[in-house]
Amino acid sequence: MLLEVSGLTTRYGSISALRDVSLSVGDGEVVGLIGPNGAGKTTLLNTVAGLLPPAAGTVVFDGTDVTGAAPEQMLKSGLALVPEHRRIFADFTVAENLRIGGITLAAAERAEMLEEVAEVFPFLRSRWDAMAGYLSGGEAQQLAIARALMCRPRLLLMDEPSLGLAPVLVDAVFELIAELRDRGRTLLVVEQNAARMLDVADRAYVLRSGAVVGQGAGSGLLAETDLFDTFVRGSAA
Amino acid sequence: MTELVQNLIDGLGRGSIYALLALGVAVVFGVMHLLNFAHGELITVSGYAAYAAFSNGWSWYLVAPLIVVVSVITNLLIERIAFSRVRGSSEFTQLLTSFGIHFLVAAIFLMYVGARVQTFAEPGWIADTYSVGPVRVEVFDTVVIIVAIVTLVLTAAVLQRTMFGLSIRAAAADFDAARLMGVNSDRVIRGAFALSGALAGIAGIFWLMRAGHTSPTSGINPMLSGVLAALIGGLGSLKGAVIGGLALGLAEVMLRTWLPGGAAALTQGVVFSLIALLFIFRPGGLVNVAHAERV
Repeated sequence: MLLEVSGLTTRYGSISALRDVSLSVGDGEVVGLIGPNGAGKTTLLNTVAGLLPPAAGTVVFDGTDVTGAAPEQMLKSGLALVPEHRRIFADFTVAENLRIGGITLAAAERAEMLEEVAEVFPFLRSRWDAMAGYLSGGEAQQLAIARALMCRPRLLLMDEPSLGLAPVLVDAVFELIAELRDRGRTLLVVEQNAARMLDVADRAYVLRSGAVVGQGAGSGLLAETDLFDTFVRGSAA
Repeated sequence: MTELVQNLIDGLGRGSIYALLALGVAVVFGVMHLLNFAHGELITVSGYAAYAAFSNGWSWYLVAPLIVVVSVITNLLIERIAFSRVRGSSEFTQLLTSFGIHFLVAAIFLMYVGARVQTFAEPGWIADTYSVGPVRVEVFDTVVIIVAIVTLVLTAAVLQRTMFGLSIRAAAADFDAARLMGVNSDRVIRGAFALSGALAGIAGIFWLMRAGHTSPTSGINPMLSGVLAALIGGLGSLKGAVIGGLALGLAEVMLRTWLPGGAAALTQGVVFSLIALLFIFRPGGLVNVAHAERV
């Protein structure tokens, strides 16, 4: 397994946002992480990426224990996160955003990767010197993903890539996830849009109230874990 | 008219030094959200280093680069010894830490070197002037303005065009997002302190040339000027820091001339009153407000 999370617990003060969560992502897999608002999905990604300190449990990446490593260390070992709300640098140009994404690379390699991501996201080429703050929501989301791909991550974590986008752009995001999957990328994607995520994912975990309550593949997963409970009653399980 | 031009040049000379100090304050504030009240201590420490060098027969040409080097090293040491331990603490904790350093440095020099003001010779050309038509211009102001312009252009080039500059700007915009990109937090913070120290060192050369002395409390005035100028310009804005520095320098020189005879001694008080007025009407400082108006 490329990523092995075991018994992970994360607290905000005295409140446990994650309780004893275990999950794994294999090389080349696309794994979904679904669940209602407040289930702890973002907390899980942020803890794995090193933004939040875990209170208990371990994170093993590519055979190495990286529990509690800083985000820049996680990135160096090959794990990148497209954070919640994208957090692109609005006052930077598109090109500068991409260059900062490849800051860990040598200059020549960075130039190579710029070409490579521009191939995946052709619109970037025409907006190279545009301020990122002026991009549309869909373009900004693509830039955020392109920026994370710049460092050649072995595992890409995405936090709600379809959030706040118009329906046609949501389609584009899921097409992109499918395309990245077909290119052999390893992804762990948090989504509220469960049915669509299950369509493109190899497997998925269902998170509720900070704990994993189900896992599996395809639409059967939703029936198993009681879709109604999870998504309509939310965390009032 | 002649007097006005002369005051303008005088104010720009003074303001250039403030701008370099303010830019150093703004760079550190940008990446750490630390308003560094210890910034002036770089000039205290490098002032004593300059004094020691002069005592050993060094000339200004050797002392000037020494001041910059000492300033950079001092700022890196302050970061290592003090600020790195309160990183991630509340802004208030960091602010108090910087106050502590400010007083501690003064106390160390007071205890181990003494309260006496240590003087050294100003360079021979400091009072020289030359004429452009009816205007008499100080060589000193000319040198200060040219050095400041070159420094600002170089700093802008570093911030705009190098990966180091890009990582400083990214960390200032969104520290966590920058770390997610692989920007090393230790390296970017140390880099910011080194840059801030270099800018303070260049300002310090001229500050010390003009003052011709150093004492345990020498840091207060450059600290006040740098922090105030950064606040006037709008904290966090690098452009604002430069504008704030120039505005502060011009205001001081103009007020000193325009205030009637006896009131000239109140220049500092009037400047502070004007700054208070500015913050009542533009709490975000000069540049931030301009930004808000454009949107």
